[in-house]
Amino acid sequence: MEYAIELRHITKTFGSVIANNDVSLDVRKGEILSLLGENGSGKTTLMNMIAGIYYPDSGEILVEGKPVEIRSPKDAYAHGIGMVHQHFKLIDVFTAAENIALVLDKHEKYDIRAIKAKAREICKRYNFEIDLDQKVYEMSVSQKQTLEIIKMLYHGAQLLILDEPTAVLTPQETEKLFAVMRNMKADGKSIIIITHKLHEVLAISDRVAILRKGEYAGTVETARATESSLTEMMVGKKVELNIERPEPVNPHLRLTVHNLTVENAEGVKILDHVSFDAFSGEILGIAGISGNGQKELLEAIAGLQNPDRDSSIVYYPDDDRDSTAEQLIGKTPKSIRDLGIHLSFVPEDRLGMGLVGSMGMVDNMMLKSYTEGSSFIADRSAPRHLAESIKKELGVVTPSVNTPVSRLSGGNVQKVLVGREIAAAPSVLMTAYAVRGLDINTSYTIYHLLNEQKQKGVAILYVGEDLDVLIDLCDRILVLCGGKCNGIVDARKTTKEEVGLLMTRLKEEQEGGVA
Amino acid sequence: MDTLIAWILRAIPFGTIIMYGALGEIITEKSGNLNLGVPGIMYLGGFAGFASAYLYENSVAEPNMVFCVALALFCAFIASMLGGLIYSFLTISLRANQNVTGLALTTFGMGVANFFGVFILDGRTATQSLVYKTFQTKLPVLSRMGVIGQTVFGYGFMVYAAVILAIILHHVLSHTRTGLNLRAIGENPATADAAGISVTRYKYLATCLGAGISGLGGLYYVLDYNQGIWATTGQIEALGWLAVALVIFTTWKPLNAIWGSYLFGMLYWLYQFLPTLIGFSVPGYITDLIQMVPYLVTIAVLIVTSLRKKREDQPPASLGLAYFREER
Repeated sequence: MEYAIELRHITKTFGSVIANNDVSLDVRKGEILSLLGENGSGKTTLMNMIAGIYYPDSGEILVEGKPVEIRSPKDAYAHGIGMVHQHFKLIDVFTAAENIALVLDKHEKYDIRAIKAKAREICKRYNFEIDLDQKVYEMSVSQKQTLEIIKMLYHGAQLLILDEPTAVLTPQETEKLFAVMRNMKADGKSIIIITHKLHEVLAISDRVAILRKGEYAGTVETARATESSLTEMMVGKKVELNIERPEPVNPHLRLTVHNLTVENAEGVKILDHVSFDAFSGEILGIAGISGNGQKELLEAIAGLQNPDRDSSIVYYPDDDRDSTAEQLIGKTPKSIRDLGIHLSFVPEDRLGMGLVGSMGMVDNMMLKSYTEGSSFIADRSAPRHLAESIKKELGVVTPSVNTPVSRLSGGNVQKVLVGREIAAAPSVLMTAYAVRGLDINTSYTIYHLLNEQKQKGVAILYVGEDLDVLIDLCDRILVLCGGKCNGIVDARKTTKEEVGLLMTRLKEEQEGGVA
Repeated sequence: MDTLIAWILRAIPFGTIIMYGALGEIITEKSGNLNLGVPGIMYLGGFAGFASAYLYENSVAEPNMVFCVALALFCAFIASMLGGLIYSFLTISLRANQNVTGLALTTFGMGVANFFGVFILDGRTATQSLVYKTFQTKLPVLSRMGVIGQTVFGYGFMVYAAVILAIILHHVLSHTRTGLNLRAIGENPATADAAGISVTRYKYLATCLGAGISGLGGLYYVLDYNQGIWATTGQIEALGWLAVALVIFTTWKPLNAIWGSYLFGMLYWLYQFLPTLIGFSVPGYITDLIQMVPYLVTIAVLIVTSLRKKREDQPPASLGLAYFREER
């Protein structure tokens, strides 16, 4: 058997986080291999090592049987490896042809006409449709992706890596892409496709390699795989975490979300008629592959999005429902906050939202309180006390409460952020990826904080990535898929496989309908 | 008619000064570096050119004027490049804020030039350097051919060199790999980096060469426009800012710098010639206001290009931003 690429015992760590641990896998010549795994299972990191973005800490990469060193994207090109990233590496004001020319070998003559002729040949061969004189900023996402693929083929890629190529495509565009992939395969090229969508895995690939939490979980022939067998391999056996889960005390309806629809700037529905209820004293988990609307859902409730007209988010401050129910849509973020609905958003970039990196803890506390009081001069002593107490109670490691928070470690930054939101005695607390990048101990501190709030009767919306945690911590789990609410399950009774399947496949499809 | 000719004769040399400044700054900005040190760099270039020519003339019995011109050009270019090197080191290697660094460079260049101007010339600030005559040598036959000869061929060689330079830069930027790579870096350095282009090297080279070219504007001001006298140097600063404005006016295209700079020259001297031309007298205090016109035109261009939102007319997308490579 001839291999296009073989990875042997690849390990890569970022600080104390192990992204890939002893991963070995291979890609045959002329095959399409799907790389499957949950969020954060290390798929993209692994592929970035083949593409020269990262360099492995240990392990070996063999291209066509020979060990190689890939230290830069250029090295990868030289070995015939091309990767199409989720964020396209294109220059917007250049034409398609100019973008292709950018990666040319220095010794090759810069002749845009010859480049176009060669590119046209490639388009014809694999049946791509593209205007080489079109500027990138005028292109659709699908056209940009096509251009990236042509660029790789132009530079002689024998192995193509596509990082979640269908995430941004319509079903028709996906079909087109698959047709092109089959053409390339017929031409002897090897393709690795990273995807979360199981039906696509089954439709396009020859074999499926599965990563789980940075480790290699095995490779199976697609012909012998089913959606449930793949899900099982992907999510693995349930791990007992021993997170405490108090029973909800006297739950009341707190929040009713009905038909929530949010469109992004391009008019794509990020949230599509999502409806659910949230109760006081309960943790409602929100699961889903990243980018399926979790962020927008929380933001919509916090007043940071512009939902469609027929959406409704009703908030019930206490048991007496009808008299005090408040419609949140149309309210400003500040007035929503004043109602006691707090968003403790911990996005990819912890300092990007919620905290100002160059300010100390005290000033960051003040961000939420500076409008209080009637004095012309802002009150600094209350935020100082708050900062001191958060530092003490949550064990924030910082030289002083005035040290810029950007100098603190990730875990400590998260404690500051969550601590501040909890200190405001919220009635609804929303957190997203609250434990991302944190060590075990700090994670448990955060779970404990959330449980304390839950017992105080706060309704908590917890967006999480780790299914084990979601199932152990939450009372109910809402699963988002493609911006739709794909089911709400009882966390005490559900299984990892059930949630995993809901995350990767819309229910309607399972029942035979069209999404 | 005579007024118009006189106006053009004023406007074109004036435009040439800022054309050099702007051409250099276009190259710099195409690499994503917004160098607001152009006035300072023009001071450095002007002073180094003048000082080298002056010292050479006064130390040799029979100075060779061609050599003297070459020496002045060389020294001006090198001194300005050193200014660009300071800027590059601070903003590219140390990732200092570009605006602050640029403004500091302007102050620095002004200070250095004026301090050493007094020091080297020992107080004889208004002493002429003879080399200006060589700088002002006109084309022998063509320049005497009537009005056309006077207005088109009646200038020193650096006026034509600027036009040729603009054309060359246009060609390099639009039709060569070097230009493509440079533009890619100014637009999206991460993509250029992934394509295997050395971002740091291009940024350094573009910024230093750009500074060198900008500095020639200062040299031209002192040794040709100002007839070889190190005086009224305060004007260099105003010219430097005008060059920065011209870059915006050209929408970062060297060819536009040719007519744009002459237009700025016409507009700058509007106050002196237009009233005479249309037989109208203007009180003195209005002239300063009229000298604002080039800046007003630049603002108008900014408004128009911003409204039209044509991507080709926008500044390089990563202009003013330091480039951090992702951790790998």
